Amino acid sequence: MTLIVDTVITGILTGGIYALMASGLTLIFGVMDIINVGQGALVILGAYLSYFLQQKFHIDLFAGLLITMPVMFLLGLLLEWAFIRPIKRDRPTLSILVTFAIALIIEGILGIAFTNNVVQLQAWYVTASFQVGEFYIAYIYVFGFGLSVILLAGLYWLLYRTKFGYSLQATMQDRTAAQLIGIDVERVSMITFGIGVALAAAGGMVYGATYAFNPGSLYDLISRLLVIIILGGMGSLRGALIASLGMLVIEDVTSVIWSPIWATTVFFILLIIVMIVRPQGLFGRLEGRKQ
Amino acid sequence: MTKRIGLAVVLLASIIFPRVFPNPAVMTIAIFTLLYATATVAWNIFSGYTGYIALGHAAFFGIGSYALAIMCVNWRIPGGNIPFVLVPVAGLIAAIFSIPIGWISLRVRKHTFVVITIAIFFIMQPMAFNLRSITQGSIGISLPIPHWSNVSFHLPFYYYALAMLILAQIVSWWIRNSKYGLGLLAIRDDEDRALGLGVNTGPTKLIAFVISAFFVGMVGALHAYFQGSIYPAFAFDPLFDIAIALMGFLGGLGTLSGPILGALILEPTQRYFTIQFSANGYYLIIYGAQKVLFRLWISIG
Repeated sequence: MTLIVDTVITGILTGGIYALMASGLTLIFGVMDIINVGQGALVILGAYLSYFLQQKFHIDLFAGLLITMPVMFLLGLLLEWAFIRPIKRDRPTLSILVTFAIALIIEGILGIAFTNNVVQLQAWYVTASFQVGEFYIAYIYVFGFGLSVILLAGLYWLLYRTKFGYSLQATMQDRTAAQLIGIDVERVSMITFGIGVALAAAGGMVYGATYAFNPGSLYDLISRLLVIIILGGMGSLRGALIASLGMLVIEDVTSVIWSPIWATTVFFILLIIVMIVRPQGLFGRLEGRKQ
Repeated sequence: MTKRIGLAVVLLASIIFPRVFPNPAVMTIAIFTLLYATATVAWNIFSGYTGYIALGHAAFFGIGSYALAIMCVNWRIPGGNIPFVLVPVAGLIAAIFSIPIGWISLRVRKHTFVVITIAIFFIMQPMAFNLRSITQGSIGISLPIPHWSNVSFHLPFYYYALAMLILAQIVSWWIRNSKYGLGLLAIRDDEDRALGLGVNTGPTKLIAFVISAFFVGMVGALHAYFQGSIYPAFAFDPLFDIAIALMGFLGGLGTLSGPILGALILEPTQRYFTIQFSANGYYLIIYGAQKVLFRLWISIG
């Protein structure tokens, strides 16, 4: 029984990290109507940036985020400007092809720069753990969860308390109408993409500290992230948060009471059940009937 | 009339092609091109005509590969002509798998559909790794090796792939010119209005999905037999999804000859780059850069 409690707690804590990555993905979809398949690659890129800073300059992982997140934010702006904005027609599909190409390029570059050997971020809080009741939890899980709570709270504040957030919500609801009332939709899209990528950097750091990774880990990540945002309802931030927590808890419990091999299959089964019962996802709006 | 002559010339050229270029390297590229062209034509039957962009067809490619490999191993089939007979069976198995997958994923509209097809594909790949008793996991499965002499080794594969392409193209042409095809095009243009006008949209979409899965499964099976061995990572290859979608887009979505054209342009260049740069990681970068370039080209013209 304590084992289950332990697993549920770890599941919630790792779910918080996935929430960070998935919120960027679902936000980008909601605002820009594009699916950023490159999110997994960007998460791994973020992890490698933290790795690089730590190995070369001995910068602490969390302090390093002050460097990696702005860098990744700028990278996001650049990617949006260079590759996403020129797409005029068939946006959802062509954006997938383009972001997939970006993912491949990132995978290739990382493979050359860091080789394909599996690495893991190291710090005292990765190895040290503390006791809760009868079991031990590594500090990194708690720190990572705290980080994602802070960042997501910041994101909510940005979305619901600032002028930029209002324009972002307006763009989400109706792009054309937002344009008509004078919102610079292109600028909102660009910044949203940047935020999504910066969140990937933060998620990547914690991911890299909790799991061993190599450039190929992006496929594993993106499949989970996609299932999470479908389950939560595409474009719904709240849905993404709840789905991440739920999925990771279920996955962890499955791997403990059954076998780790089957944990990913549970994702599949849940996806099927949700698709049958509630095709628009848990918190998704029904898609417009007009397209 | 000119169109018919043109068609006859193309057909004749593709039939005598192996006689003119018997070089194994050229033949290998030609066979891959034919396979990808078939897959793109099949993909186009569903995605091009209905406007539902499926990015998970590599799942059917993988199912087809594994179906053939498992049949060959379990029934101890020697290399030769029998695996060729089993290729359509493998396609059929892929088609059977596609019925529940299509039924589930087609419950949602276009954008979410794209993501669900990707997600389903990404879940099939780990299953190929994990279902060790069936797929032998990451060890992979070796298929029987045909005992033909080196000179004519590629010929049966070439003509089989060509026949598959022609068959797929005939089906595509037939659908395009039938009442059923009009239903598919109506779904692409306006699904709700199509529904209102009496097109039974659900089954219509599903049938196209299954037809395209059947051909892609056959392509996967022939590909596996040609390669001689399969591994989860190569049988369920995300690059395959992106490649056929890009070929479809490049040639023109929903057109008849477009997919073949797209495959003819893209596949040989990809093979060339892979051969040239596969020793290091550069081919991934080039692969990606090439896709970005082609995408820019698409959005311009």
